[in-house]
Amino acid sequence: MTNSPLTPGIAPARLDPEDLSANFTDLHPPLDDHEALVAADRCYFCHDAPCITACPTEIDIPLFIRQIATGTPEAAAKTILDQNILGGMCARVCPTETLCEEACVRELAEGKPVVIGELQRYATDTLMAKNEHPFTRAAATGKRVAVVGAGPAGLSCAHRLAMKGHDIDLFDARPKGGGLNEYGIAAYKTVNDFAAAEVDWLMQIGGITLHTGKALGRDLGLDALKSDYDAVFLGMGLAGVNALRAEGEDKEGVADAVAFIADLRQAEDLSSLPVGRNVVVIGGGMTAVDAAVQSKLLGAESVTILYRRSREEMPASRYEQDLAAAKGVRLVFNAKPVRMTGNGATQGLVAEYTVSGPDGLKGTGETFTLPADQVLKAIGQTLDGVPGDLRIEGGKIAVTGAGRSSVDGIWAGGDCAQGGEDLTVTAVAEGRDAAEDIHQTLMGG
Amino acid sequence: MADLTTTFCGITSPNPFWLASAPPTDKEYNVRRAFEAGWGGVVWKTLGEDPPIVNVNGPRYGAIWGADRRLLGLNNIELITDRPLEVNLEEMTRIKKDWPDRALIASLMVPVNEDSWKAILDRVLETGCDGVELNFGCPHGMSERGMGSAVGQVPEYVQQVTEWCKKHSDLPVIVKLTPNIADIRKPAQAAHDGGADAVSLINTINSITSVDLDLFAPEPTIDGKGAHGGYCGPAVKPIALNMVAEISRSPALQGLPISGIGGVTTWRDAAEFMALGAGNVQVCTAAMTYGFKIVQEMISGLSQYMDEKGFASTDELIGRAVPNCSDWQHLNLNYVTKARIDQDACIKCGRCYAACEDTSHQAISMSEDRVFEVIDAECVACNLCVNVCPVEGCITMEELSPGTLDERTGKVVEDEYANWTTHPNNPGACAAE
Repeated sequence: MTNSPLTPGIAPARLDPEDLSANFTDLHPPLDDHEALVAADRCYFCHDAPCITACPTEIDIPLFIRQIATGTPEAAAKTILDQNILGGMCARVCPTETLCEEACVRELAEGKPVVIGELQRYATDTLMAKNEHPFTRAAATGKRVAVVGAGPAGLSCAHRLAMKGHDIDLFDARPKGGGLNEYGIAAYKTVNDFAAAEVDWLMQIGGITLHTGKALGRDLGLDALKSDYDAVFLGMGLAGVNALRAEGEDKEGVADAVAFIADLRQAEDLSSLPVGRNVVVIGGGMTAVDAAVQSKLLGAESVTILYRRSREEMPASRYEQDLAAAKGVRLVFNAKPVRMTGNGATQGLVAEYTVSGPDGLKGTGETFTLPADQVLKAIGQTLDGVPGDLRIEGGKIAVTGAGRSSVDGIWAGGDCAQGGEDLTVTAVAEGRDAAEDIHQTLMGG
Repeated sequence: MADLTTTFCGITSPNPFWLASAPPTDKEYNVRRAFEAGWGGVVWKTLGEDPPIVNVNGPRYGAIWGADRRLLGLNNIELITDRPLEVNLEEMTRIKKDWPDRALIASLMVPVNEDSWKAILDRVLETGCDGVELNFGCPHGMSERGMGSAVGQVPEYVQQVTEWCKKHSDLPVIVKLTPNIADIRKPAQAAHDGGADAVSLINTINSITSVDLDLFAPEPTIDGKGAHGGYCGPAVKPIALNMVAEISRSPALQGLPISGIGGVTTWRDAAEFMALGAGNVQVCTAAMTYGFKIVQEMISGLSQYMDEKGFASTDELIGRAVPNCSDWQHLNLNYVTKARIDQDACIKCGRCYAACEDTSHQAISMSEDRVFEVIDAECVACNLCVNVCPVEGCITMEELSPGTLDERTGKVVEDEYANWTTHPNNPGACAAE
């Protein structure tokens, strides 16, 4: 090992390969058969269950847990995948603590919900380990649909449409499908290349042709797609990154957290990844937590998350906050970046405390300086280049109903479209529902 | 996916899961919900003569729970329907009209005289129902009035009433049997002799679920007193399975269709009843505990199981375990097994040791560092250690292959089958021929 956590600046290989590999194993090891049965036994099979309502894809959670409890995890997987074709990934990355598990009546009763996410993983992993694809295509309709973006929304939409008998061309700007599942989620949440495996498994339905390296606006024109296909679904996510609007943002060492995570996810060798001795992550969402925790796991000496509002207002859940804290990340609330210091490369970040008042968020005037060889911006993403004549609202493609854009024949879903939280599971639901609406529209007359 | 369509004594339903005659089938409202949820058939709550009976106005149920309030056994003192006959018949008629593909069975209980049975059969025929079930099982309340299990416990009555029903109706007649009897084959035979198209069993078991130790009264307690009720739910399944097997393997009762009842809660329970010869199953307690939706798990689970086994229809499952139901005297005494403890799986709790050392054959040793090992010279293969071990698969029974030495008996395990009937210790042994 040439470097250590104390090596100044930004450097690779701060930890032994063994430590790195141990740091990036599964956050939660999968449940074994016995653990799954014990966990499933805790489900009360509630009537009109609150967990179902809390799930953006409305998976019949009590039913799939009962199917696990009765020794048929494959049937459980089918129940999950009927509603959410990316149920395997959602089991890993969903903030269950703010969705199904928060709604679980045992959370209310005991503060200990049924571990729905882990059970969902148990069921879907069992089925996928058999490499079985439990869905078949309906008779060919002769209709062709273009789906732009092979992330959660696009994959979900493409699969549902393929199942209905349509033929799909699925385009993605990146070299691989999967979208943020492949490029944007912490590695310890999706080990063993699960995102790619899930895409391969999903494609077994047939009728979907994936075209990578094809970006809307660069390689694809919306008008051409519209005239070449019977319908178009846009699910290309948000490629742009918000500006920090702090002095020194252009200094060396200041980077986008999403790019940092993407590099990490695609790295063949974790010890080749450079990371700062002192890292500051700016932002309060899951991307901020993912970037901060992984910086720490790569061997940064100190990692701080700087969030401009209070702990309660932080978009990342308390569970995520605690995860970050447990990995040694320091959380600083009610503070905003003012400027980066350093000559060429950043060395420090000057921040100012904030207070929330009737006029919004204001600086208090009190500043402090954090050592910062690397500053990662996780302050939200933006829709990059507005395609065609689509109406935009709040920086996103405006939609009505099940993802209908302002232009006939064009649907949109996932992060690039209005509505819902920017979560994998929400994108899956929007892609699925748009597919149903497209199908109705194409076949209904 | 396997076809779950099942034809039971001429009555076809889309799956073998019927709701038993009980509170869940007391009203059109419930039955509609049940059919919407996917149940294959319904046996309507037992009809009687007007004026309708009255129920107690205190608690009707008592229960046994596991530590996490999992309901294991339920006891009830509810009687047959307490609504006018006409109301029930009108509702049944509407149901059958709207759900022609589902089985609708009328459960009946009237006094033991031919006119009463003829009268109600005539009325029931108007509903368009697919069959009737004679309630000879209810062990409380109605039995005090000479009906229910009071009939079911007297084979002559069972036969007589069955004959009346066959004489006055063309509908399939299912006779529901009480388990509160020494030999279940006797009333089953009586039903068969009376011309029954099928039997269903078990009805509930006489029971007191618990005693209030402050009031010194059985539960459920009505104004300081309690009466025995009928026990059902998961706890009664082993008793029901045995009774079903007794009938299905009885040579005199071959071909008599059986509707299996008693603690069916999951697809697996249903499959077990069917393997023992039940042509379908009836469910009550599981629906009362979890709601009608549980049938979805039963359907998906049985389908998956049948697919895995390569069974195209339920006929391939029904009765498949019957040939393997035997009597003790025919079990192979040359089949020798020994317990084996997987040391990697063992968590060193010592429960196997306590069970064997205190209550069995002192066939497990315990070292100072808590390693537990089987002493083959003492192990009689009783299986108790397997059953008390908290780790599934940690202790297993290994068969000694013929030719190996059984250290306990000092004898070499023999290849041939040999049972008690020919054993030298059996004073009544007949020489092998």
